[in-house]
Amino acid sequence: MTPGPVQTLGGRHAPAGEVVGLRASASLTAAELAAVRADFPLLTRTVRGGRPLVYLDSAATSQKPDVVIDAELEFYTRHNAAVNRGAHQLAEEATTAFEQAREDVAAFVGAEPGEIVWTSNATAAINLVAYAMGNASLGRGGAAARRFALVPGDEIVVTEAEHHANLVPWQELCARTGATLRWIGVGDDGRLRLDELATVVGERTKVIAVSHASNVTGAVTDVPRVVARAREVGALVVLDVCQSVPHLPVDLHALGVDFAAMSGHKMLGPTGVGALYGRRELLEAMPPVTTGGSMVEVVTMEHTTYAAPPQRFEAGSQMVAQSVGMAAAARYLGELGMAGVAEHEAVIAVALLDAVARVPGVRVIGPTDAQDRLAVVAFTVQGVHPHDVGQVLDDHGIAVRVGHHCAQPLHRRLGVPSSARASASVYTTLEEVAVFGAALATVRPFFGLGGKK
Amino acid sequence: MSTAMEQLYQQLILEHAKTPHGKGLEADGQGESFQVNPTCGDEVRLRVHLRPEEPVIDHLSWDGSGCSISQASLSVMSELVEGASVPTAENLGATFRELMHARGKGLDEESEDRLGDATAFTGVAQYPARIKCALLGWAALRDALVQAGAVSTPAGAPATTEENP
Repeated sequence: MTPGPVQTLGGRHAPAGEVVGLRASASLTAAELAAVRADFPLLTRTVRGGRPLVYLDSAATSQKPDVVIDAELEFYTRHNAAVNRGAHQLAEEATTAFEQAREDVAAFVGAEPGEIVWTSNATAAINLVAYAMGNASLGRGGAAARRFALVPGDEIVVTEAEHHANLVPWQELCARTGATLRWIGVGDDGRLRLDELATVVGERTKVIAVSHASNVTGAVTDVPRVVARAREVGALVVLDVCQSVPHLPVDLHALGVDFAAMSGHKMLGPTGVGALYGRRELLEAMPPVTTGGSMVEVVTMEHTTYAAPPQRFEAGSQMVAQSVGMAAAARYLGELGMAGVAEHEAVIAVALLDAVARVPGVRVIGPTDAQDRLAVVAFTVQGVHPHDVGQVLDDHGIAVRVGHHCAQPLHRRLGVPSSARASASVYTTLEEVAVFGAALATVRPFFGLGGKK
Repeated sequence: MSTAMEQLYQQLILEHAKTPHGKGLEADGQGESFQVNPTCGDEVRLRVHLRPEEPVIDHLSWDGSGCSISQASLSVMSELVEGASVPTAENLGATFRELMHARGKGLDEESEDRLGDATAFTGVAQYPARIKCALLGWAALRDALVQAGAVSTPAGAPATTEENP
């Protein structure tokens, strides 16, 4: 592979000749970053007539290191068999790999293996909770599940910044149960108005569903404050950790949330797999959603009893190879050290904000400071539609996302129909940010617009 | 800049995007359509103004927001169908859709003559993600004509979704 020239990050770097190692609490050195990039085969390719790829769309989906690709390949070439059934050696190996994957993902986010339910993606994880609550509202799950039941007048609280995946399932749950949807607003700075927790959250609040970090603004939510308010009123907290887990150290037990939805493909893992974290006692009390094979105990023609969690929520054939791949991603990030990853990306966040601020006529959608934010920067270019911005950047080999990023209400709140978004990951370099900044400066002139703000 | 980019953003397209024809919704009109592109949030509301007692488009009026390709396409389309009979407009729409599926290779001379300025969008067809931008206005026109009762929708091909999946 031929990584681009890499700059020293954050002023801390290893002395020349130091063996490239993995450290827990400092940013990546130039050599470490080069080593990381060498792990991602796709980053070596060129696009649009030979230009080096500058991949700034990791908030949409991340690229995959060799260890993830190899883990799936290894599973299919060596261990593939149906899991949790069969008495043969391959079945044992496949089941062991599947359950080891659960342990590895759990350990990565500070949870117990029995608190991790495999889902096809994070959207499915959130829907699983919402539909389980719907089933509990219909009386399913008996007395134990009553704590999940909603009646008219109950309230579900979301935020104006949510990805549609953490909004629409709750709208639907309200429609099915007669509960009322309320929401925490977003300030002009793009951050959540958490002061509204005092007024929006009340005694009727049963669920607070919020993202750990916005996929548009990159703003990181003060989760302990949300959890503290939820505890005061006995509400459950459902946390969307899709954007935080790949970029920050996340300890779900320490955060004290009740449920969390994870995405495999955003954390360097494969597509087609995600996970729902649920506190053990909650999963034990929750009725199933998707029913069928593998999630049962005793089935008669009249009646069925259900398996303990997490299997109760894993009906049908599971995405075994993808789970194994997701676990490889978790181990990869864990070995890099999430503190170091976060510190590296904090440097990139500052550089991205700076690059955008230097270009006249460009406005950041969301906080303009680097405090409590990810290296995710959405922006608009005055007089140029985001789609056209993305097209010009693409011609320079730069991949950004354009559109509303599945967050229409947030865009509406911030006064724009859509935006362009540059988002980084552990493999993003300062050099790439510089290429991005230079290309961004060509956008307005390309469309015959001046350089004035 | 690459050649493909030059073909995509032809001067004519950039000019139409800057000073679009037909923009500004007028009060009357026999049929109206509202179309959105769900992937990028672009939207247009378009009205067709027919001549009295005649199946001829007097003019279009529209309002919307979107990228330069979608805005320029609406503008060029508005010029193109002004004074055209409804069947002629339908034909132009069909030819334009053909052009969008020609992968940037263009059409025969006769078709391109009829499309006039709309042939400037030939390069759009090299960027699959942008084809729907160019077709947004044409989808609105077809739907507005259906709403006006000027054409009927072919069975199984609702005008509102076919162009804009």
